[in-house]
Amino acid sequence: MTALTDVSSQAAAGARWRISEVVFWLLALACAFLFPSRYLIMTDIVRLGLFALSLDLILGYAGIVSLGHAAFFGVGAYSAGLLALHGIINEPVIALVAAGLVAAVLGFLTSFLVIRGVDLTRLMVTLGIALLLEALAERFSDVTGGSDGLQGIEMQPILGLFAFDMFGKTGFFYSLIVLFILFLLARRIVYSPFGLSLRAIRNNPLRAAAIGVPVNRRLVAVYTLAAFYAGIAGALFTQTSALASLDVFAFERSADLMLVLVIGGTGYLYGGLIGAVVFKMLQEFFQSLTPQYWLFWIGLVLVVIVLVGRARIHRSVLFVPNLIIRQFVGRKAVVVPESDAS
Amino acid sequence: MASVLTNLFDGVAYGMLLFVLACGLAVTLGLMNFVNLAHGAFAMAGGYICAVLVNNSGWPFFAALPLAFAGSAAIGIVLERALYRHLYMRGHLDQVLFSIGLVFMSVAAVDYVMGSSRVFIKLPAALEGQIDLFGVGIGRYRLMIVVICGLLTLALQLILAKTRFGSRLRAAVDDPRAAIGLGINVPQVFAFTFAFGCGLAGLGGALSAEILGLDPYFPLKFMIYFLIVVTVGGSSSITGPFLASLLLGIADVAGKYYVPKMGPFVIYTVMIVILIWRPNGLFGRTAAR
Amino acid sequence: MIDFNRRRMLLWAATAAALPGLCAVSPARAEDTVKIGLILPMTGGQASTGKQIDNAIKLYMQQKGDTVAGRKIEIILKDDAAVPDNTKRLAQELIVNDKVNFIAGFGVTPAALAAAPLATQAKIPEIVMAAGTSIITERSPYIVRTSFTLAQSSTIIGDWAAKNGIKKVATLTSDYAPGNDALNFFKQHFTAGGGEIVEEVKVPLANPDFAPFLQRMKDSKPDAMFVFVPAGQGGNFMKQYAERGLDKSGIKVIGPGDVMDDDLLNNMGDAALGVVTAHLYSAAHPSQMNKDFVAAYKKAFSNRPGFMAVSGYDGIHLIYEALKKTGGDTNGDKLVDAMKGMKWESPRGPISIDPETRDIVQNIYIRKLEKVDGELYNVEFETFEAVKDPGKTKK
Repeated sequence: MTALTDVSSQAAAGARWRISEVVFWLLALACAFLFPSRYLIMTDIVRLGLFALSLDLILGYAGIVSLGHAAFFGVGAYSAGLLALHGIINEPVIALVAAGLVAAVLGFLTSFLVIRGVDLTRLMVTLGIALLLEALAERFSDVTGGSDGLQGIEMQPILGLFAFDMFGKTGFFYSLIVLFILFLLARRIVYSPFGLSLRAIRNNPLRAAAIGVPVNRRLVAVYTLAAFYAGIAGALFTQTSALASLDVFAFERSADLMLVLVIGGTGYLYGGLIGAVVFKMLQEFFQSLTPQYWLFWIGLVLVVIVLVGRARIHRSVLFVPNLIIRQFVGRKAVVVPESDAS
Repeated sequence: MASVLTNLFDGVAYGMLLFVLACGLAVTLGLMNFVNLAHGAFAMAGGYICAVLVNNSGWPFFAALPLAFAGSAAIGIVLERALYRHLYMRGHLDQVLFSIGLVFMSVAAVDYVMGSSRVFIKLPAALEGQIDLFGVGIGRYRLMIVVICGLLTLALQLILAKTRFGSRLRAAVDDPRAAIGLGINVPQVFAFTFAFGCGLAGLGGALSAEILGLDPYFPLKFMIYFLIVVTVGGSSSITGPFLASLLLGIADVAGKYYVPKMGPFVIYTVMIVILIWRPNGLFGRTAAR
Repeated sequence: MIDFNRRRMLLWAATAAALPGLCAVSPARAEDTVKIGLILPMTGGQASTGKQIDNAIKLYMQQKGDTVAGRKIEIILKDDAAVPDNTKRLAQELIVNDKVNFIAGFGVTPAALAAAPLATQAKIPEIVMAAGTSIITERSPYIVRTSFTLAQSSTIIGDWAAKNGIKKVATLTSDYAPGNDALNFFKQHFTAGGGEIVEEVKVPLANPDFAPFLQRMKDSKPDAMFVFVPAGQGGNFMKQYAERGLDKSGIKVIGPGDVMDDDLLNNMGDAALGVVTAHLYSAAHPSQMNKDFVAAYKKAFSNRPGFMAVSGYDGIHLIYEALKKTGGDTNGDKLVDAMKGMKWESPRGPISIDPETRDIVQNIYIRKLEKVDGELYNVEFETFEAVKDPGKTKK
């Protein structure tokens, strides 16, 4: 009995909003006003953050590794593109949800293939599905535009009120709001009994099954949910950039996503968002430094991150903020994010 | 009929090439349980070493091949001692992050040193063109690949099964702790195996320049193919990846010939079906641990 | 415990989030500088295109100085890796943040198309230096092209083949817009001249091994095969063409010149000798200007310039001349007007900008691959003068 109250009180404590979280979102919003000339890259970061959040749902919370998450991103992107191009659903928000649902259906269908097997098999099956979809999109070029992508997408104003502008202002606020809503939903889910059962599965599937968690059904559910999120991210991509080309399915996209999430930390909803910020900033920084050889420096950073250890890096990066907090709050700082401990 | 046989032969040659390129990965992944996505970088290194020796220094092609092997193996052993060995005990995600980082670095570094254009290796005249065997066109270069790779496979199998080193390696893989207890220098065995795998990749890289094309993006472009070979073949033996390479090679060539537009489609479908049917690969003994 | 950790993480993230702004602080725009946003694939499969163009522009600015009409030229190079959404974002940022006066480059058609609406909205000229699909210049009144269209060379080689005793042709083209353009225009003109297409294969754009496709070509026994693969893949293609013994079986290779890109020629081996292509530029073009250009380029980058380098060289020349004509005025409409109808002598021969379509008008040369002083060159033997883009004149 005590154990049970313990668990539920812990869950409740986890679910409580912390000041730092509020600060995070306020800062995100503040960015919009602080850097009006950087809407595009910020939109990019928000999209990537949402996409990483989607991968975190299955990787961090349910332990399913995937190298083919771009499959759902791509399906979402093409769905949104085709809906807008042929004028089937003109209102972006409804189209967004519809594209997400299409991706979710695909996620549901493929989940049965993915939940079988061990890590490496899952990695390759997910990768295979994404590559298969890319090959299909290339094959049916009369629908998808093949290697040239969907051309001539014109987006209608959001809710009939806010038109997309060239500077990406509308796009940014739109993406940020979508991210925030979906984040709230994800937060609700991971702290629910459903979310806790997922973590039980990740830690030990056999034990989870023994205490009566329907392992496969839970995995199918979370995989479908993650596909929905990725589909939305893809649809956001198409809607804010008015483009959809084959590279939405590309292996590089899935691999980058993995990097983003691992940099930010898995099993921790903010991990994907932080990873997205850090990764894009690094990329942008190195690209402006050396447009030809930026890959080298990104690679070096990745290698160093692994060799030094993420925990140690987080500690040193957080040194200054910690110092400040200690000054004002007077609490002793402990700075190893959850994911590093494992 | 003749073209069917020619296609079959091309498929076999392509498959053998893939095997030499990927079998080092099968070793690191299956035996040492390390996800080394940078495997293609060693292949690329071998290719460029061979290209520089042949094109710039005027070495004969066949003399440059062993150096491609040795060069890649040397790079492999340096990196193993300096970096990789610290990561054997880490999680797979860390290993992925690390090895992708290495790939990025190698791509940019080669681009910087060698330029981004494709590089070709000047071949001796004896290897160019086709010979006609009972009406079946056989490319000389591909024939050479089949011979070299076939011999290598045999040698590998013999080393693993018959030699003292082979049994040490198998022991080290099955139970490292017991192997250390028996006085086997496990880290040394692993380092040697790793270097050998890299050397094979280097040799494969040198051989494949003619067929697959050699440019700085080689490691990224073919990473997927290597992974397919290893997962479909299962990583617990040499035979598995070998047969998987042949299957992949033949399916790829036949797919392109008979259904040109559906080529990649064929491969990925086959892979998914096999993995669903046998999650540990066609010839897998146990799960990739 | 976890509670504390997360708080720290979030703070860290917030600090990181604040960074983009810091990086964005750009120096106040000097009034006399003209900025050119150069968007090219510098990494990825198309990187060699990007590098040639970048090199050529550097060479031009070295030779001609970096001031024109009293204004300093500044190039801002960005890498889009030939991915259109990168192109679009970069173009947008260059226009909005860096306040560039031109956007230029564009390695592939989708990239050029992605930037088109931005050029229209921002009213700044978009100089296309590589992408070769006909429709590009129709997408915005601010697009001017200095490269080529595939229709230009494909129609000419189609006519030439039909007139020169080639009856049956098998085609092998990369499956994307330029490839399809090349195929369709060639087919139109070749069949109109009485030729027959016996086999048609479209190969995927990212393609490691041509062998199976080539076997198919061989089995269909044509007189010649028409080939279009993007610049960079030509070398592999020719290697395998020889390996398959197609050179011995008497199947000739014809096509637009992309497959015979100058910077790859010497790698191809003697099997490629005798290949006939129609194209805009050969490093062996017999003019003094070209000789100087090739020598200077080789000296600076120890490599032979290809047609992409010439397109870049002419692109920056066009920008310089337009600025001279407007007296340094950077109004987009005025610049585009200045470019329309402009004529000059390029290393590739006489060229001009079509005032109606803003597309390039140039000579197309029929060339045969030959050995000159131990090196392989496309030697020009027939010239079609001032070819407009047939993709548009047809309408």
